Amino acid sequence: MTTSAWQAAESAARDSYGRLLAYLAYRWRDIAAAEDALADAFAAALATWPRDGVPASPDAWLMTAAKRNLLQAARHAKLAADPAVTILLGEEEGMTDTHDNPQTIPDDRLKLLFVCAHPAIDPAIHTALMLQTVLGLEAKQIAAAFLVQPATLAQRLVRAKAKIRDAGLRFEEPEAHELPERVHAVLEAIYAAYSLGWDGALDAQSPDLAHEALYLAQLVRKLLPEHEPAAAEAAGLLALLLFCESRQAARAGADGAFVPLHEQDTAHWDRAMMQAANQSLWQAAALKRPGRFQLEAAIQSAHCQRAFGGAVPWPGIAMLYAQLAAIAPTVGALVGQAVAVGEAQTPAQGLALLAQMDDAAIAGYQPWWVAKAYLLAKQGERAAARDCYLRAIGLTELPAIRDYLLRRAQALE
Amino acid sequence: MKYMISFFQPLSEYQRLEDPKQTEAYMGAWASYVEAMFASGLVVAGDGLLPPSTGASVRIRDGKRQVQDGPFADTKEHLGGYFVLEAPTMDVVLEWAARAPSSATGTTEVRPVMERKG
Repeated sequence: MTTSAWQAAESAARDSYGRLLAYLAYRWRDIAAAEDALADAFAAALATWPRDGVPASPDAWLMTAAKRNLLQAARHAKLAADPAVTILLGEEEGMTDTHDNPQTIPDDRLKLLFVCAHPAIDPAIHTALMLQTVLGLEAKQIAAAFLVQPATLAQRLVRAKAKIRDAGLRFEEPEAHELPERVHAVLEAIYAAYSLGWDGALDAQSPDLAHEALYLAQLVRKLLPEHEPAAAEAAGLLALLLFCESRQAARAGADGAFVPLHEQDTAHWDRAMMQAANQSLWQAAALKRPGRFQLEAAIQSAHCQRAFGGAVPWPGIAMLYAQLAAIAPTVGALVGQAVAVGEAQTPAQGLALLAQMDDAAIAGYQPWWVAKAYLLAKQGERAAARDCYLRAIGLTELPAIRDYLLRRAQALE
Repeated sequence: MKYMISFFQPLSEYQRLEDPKQTEAYMGAWASYVEAMFASGLVVAGDGLLPPSTGASVRIRDGKRQVQDGPFADTKEHLGGYFVLEAPTMDVVLEWAARAPSSATGTTEVRPVMERKG
């Protein structure tokens, strides 16, 4: 199979898996049981399709097999009176024809994403839960990205799914007053996945979480009703991820060396993606519900100005960061603000902002040390800047970035 | 809880110390990592070891002693040093393990330390 045929098959499989699981989990109210039933259905398919031929509608075949597995498990556990069973049975009897057309299997993935980001579930597991259920990623792959022991992550996922089942957490779209918060929780989880995958492009071996996150961001944007105000942030996140993705090709030099943003050759930036990003940002603005992700996307849009021959608009970026810091003062936002202020005004002012940040929060936060080194160097304090670069190296995982920081440190000797 | 981080690297990494052009980069990366680690406040103990070729390996098989210079040929990655950290969770320690230069060229192992009774 050609690479593009393989990619098409993979993305179709991912799409199918997510839709099938969401459909089953929503009706059965037990994600783990639905996962098992679906896994058995896939196993049966692998055994019989090579022998009997691939069915005209593979999704419908898998759906029927998975439902049968769930009903069998229910009968076995003598749960015939369970309402979930009745629902499933009713659909089975009444609607065999409609399942011949895969388009009629409704897309319940947004419901699945909403329940994965339910406030009763530990926020630290939201992302992993979404990656496993909606995308079908294995716990081991997810654990690698999160830098957690696979066994520990598997346990946490089991506990989260059990909680969803036992507490009867609602799969439906939350009430209107809860919707913005829940959408935000989903978006934060997707952003976390993207951040984990951000350096994946510099390291060919790692799982491509960035693309999975982009897929989820597009899915959420697509499934939220177009004029729903909470969709503004979803469009904002999509814009943010598209801006970041548009620059991926420029991050690694010819020999695999790391190239930071301000040194990148803008010819390698993907203009079509930047345009799609801007479009998403304008659509978000039209909904008149500003938020964190729209601000972050606007900052990235400003950085991309360099592609059109302009200089980086640092004063504008500093203003956007000030707004961002007011509503979402994450370490990342505060460091970004310090650098922007250092560029728009004076390095001393940027350094003052860095100095204000909490010691415990920044001790192990590599970008803080890189920012401090950069601003000290701008101020001519070479020795102090060098020390900060060396500390940043000690906090860096990727050899390509370590090498870059080492070169910057050596340039200050 | 106490955890030990052990740094394992292939021989090619230790051989970089013999090339003056590569020594600075090799030592520099480790020095930065070690300094950052001590600055974290998590360190209970830690040491770097001299390269494998400076050591000796002992085995007793079928009642007979075997002693040889350096490591036995069947090991692919060799211990270069270790830290013992006091940390609230394994996750914190794994983050540090990922930053070690050995993670990119070899393996960084993390193990909980047995508590001594009495």
